[in-house]
Amino acid sequence: MTASSETISKPEIAKTERAQISAHYTKSNKRKIYFILFLVILMFIFAGVAATLGSYQISFTEVYSILFHCLFHSVETYEEYAVWELRLPRILLAILAGMGLGVAGTMMQGILRNPLAEPYTMGIASGAGFGAALVIILGIGTDVIGGYSRYALIASSFIFALVPACVVLAMVLYRKPTPGTLVLAGISMLYIFSALTMLIQVPANPDAVKVAQFWAVGSLERASWQDIFPISIVLACCLPLLMWKTWDINILNAGDEIAESIGINVKRTRIFVMMVSAVLTAGVVCFVGAISFVGLVSPHICRMAIGADNRFLLPASAIFGAVLLLLADTIARTVAAPLVIPIGIVTAIMGTPLFLYLILKKKGEYW
Amino acid sequence: MRLKIKAMEFGYGSVTILKDVSMELAESEVLGVVGPNGAGKSTLIRCIDRIISPQKGSILVDGGEIKKMSSTDRAKKIGYVPQGVAQVFPTTVFDTVLMGRRPHFGWWSRKEDNEKVLDMLELLHLEQFAMRGINELSGGQQQKVFIARALTQEADILLLDEPVSALDIRHQLEVLNVVRKVVKERGISVMISIHDLNLASRFSDRLLMMHNGTIFATGSSSSVFTPENIKQVYGVEANVSRHGGRNYIAPDKPVEE
Repeated sequence: MTASSETISKPEIAKTERAQISAHYTKSNKRKIYFILFLVILMFIFAGVAATLGSYQISFTEVYSILFHCLFHSVETYEEYAVWELRLPRILLAILAGMGLGVAGTMMQGILRNPLAEPYTMGIASGAGFGAALVIILGIGTDVIGGYSRYALIASSFIFALVPACVVLAMVLYRKPTPGTLVLAGISMLYIFSALTMLIQVPANPDAVKVAQFWAVGSLERASWQDIFPISIVLACCLPLLMWKTWDINILNAGDEIAESIGINVKRTRIFVMMVSAVLTAGVVCFVGAISFVGLVSPHICRMAIGADNRFLLPASAIFGAVLLLLADTIARTVAAPLVIPIGIVTAIMGTPLFLYLILKKKGEYW
Repeated sequence: MRLKIKAMEFGYGSVTILKDVSMELAESEVLGVVGPNGAGKSTLIRCIDRIISPQKGSILVDGGEIKKMSSTDRAKKIGYVPQGVAQVFPTTVFDTVLMGRRPHFGWWSRKEDNEKVLDMLELLHLEQFAMRGINELSGGQQQKVFIARALTQEADILLLDEPVSALDIRHQLEVLNVVRKVVKERGISVMISIHDLNLASRFSDRLLMMHNGTIFATGSSSSVFTPENIKQVYGVEANVSRHGGRNYIAPDKPVEE
């Protein structure tokens, strides 16, 4: 800019103003990073507490010494077994599942520019529920009456979880749907799969129906090291891919035409992010069941705290999801012990009032 | 010529929207596009930025065919501000303007990108809003933010679709003055569709009048804004007055059918 202004001091004022804006901008980005670090610390504390709780009393320090011991030695005592084989997989599963669902919710809301989009409303969870019910009720993969194969269940729910995403994909490929249309398509998938699940339950054995219904709510009961491994791989593949697209998703938020004019291939970005998020959700849900609410709530609460920049929002709501599931699982297995409440029930009952409180309390408009 | 369009045609299925459109945009020129609703103003602008693809004709930017350019290269040549967009999840003014740097950096902004954003905020006097959410700003301020975002792309051509239709008279003047200012200071070319004929007359170097998907007239306001043209294109009887070498229009009544 030329300094053709009336006074000599004007460029000076401009200079300090620039410095102030820059400083303010850096500070606000740092605040977002601190928020993420705070969540990480919270996650470790909750994980530690969760490991001490259970029918077997083990102290905080004992837990950590057992963890350290078991990293290098095989499991010997019963305490070691309880911590290493029962509690730790469960804690890790809660963390991984919470991360996956939190991220999937954030990404779906981002690319569809809709505060309602999440794995549940996009039909992915009910697709998985149908896939699981199919295996449980038909007893696929086993000769035992009333039994079912866990591998068949995982495979089937994974595949059916991808069906709604493929419908959305087909719509984007062959039509020019608005984001709103895609959300409606997702919701209609939710209804179809819920209805189909009900339908196959009508003639079925009541015990099998109960198992299928419990599965649909979501639970971490069967957590084991065998589950941790594949779920970690799914996360390790999907998270970096999504993180890489976060800046483009920020721009998509400004509107399709603007994104297009800034040089983003809107169609390709939407398909890519939708498919990766679907695989991520399917990969989580096929192990833990359709845990609701985490995918919806985590991005919203984090957005209230740090704003809509997906480069920060994605890691924040990943960890927030993990914290939320850890907390919910701890409550689920302690509140009515020895009875364990399915975690999906806890997330919904606990999450709804919190969420309503937050959206009513919030200042300014967030969506 | 910055932009040259030859015999362009666009339609949806059997419906033709634009017919045989040929036009040019010179350096440091503000071209005002006027015409009644449905004349094809927005369609023309969206064709130029490849939001939609014309079926026939060619669009040359700095001598290069626009459809052969990559989307990033195109974004470095043309900036576009569509009409009436509302963002669902609000972002700060700074982050919103930074989006315009997307063609220039990959995932994380460099210091020079942030500097470019600061330049734009200064140019459009948006400094005091830098860290505010864009949803907290008035319509006129938001429009300036969107123009700032398009300008940070550092494109030579800026397409503005009805940037002032929703604004009060003060903000209309502010936004259009800003447009004139960047044309003067940066030498960019602006194509601006505008409903208010008197604003179009006052702020454009040249006018382009559209009617039923074709270019009806083009030139200075004294040659385009004549009572006969207004009657034919808008179906309105109007009085034309001259002021400062430009024609201004006072609409009288609709033409009796």
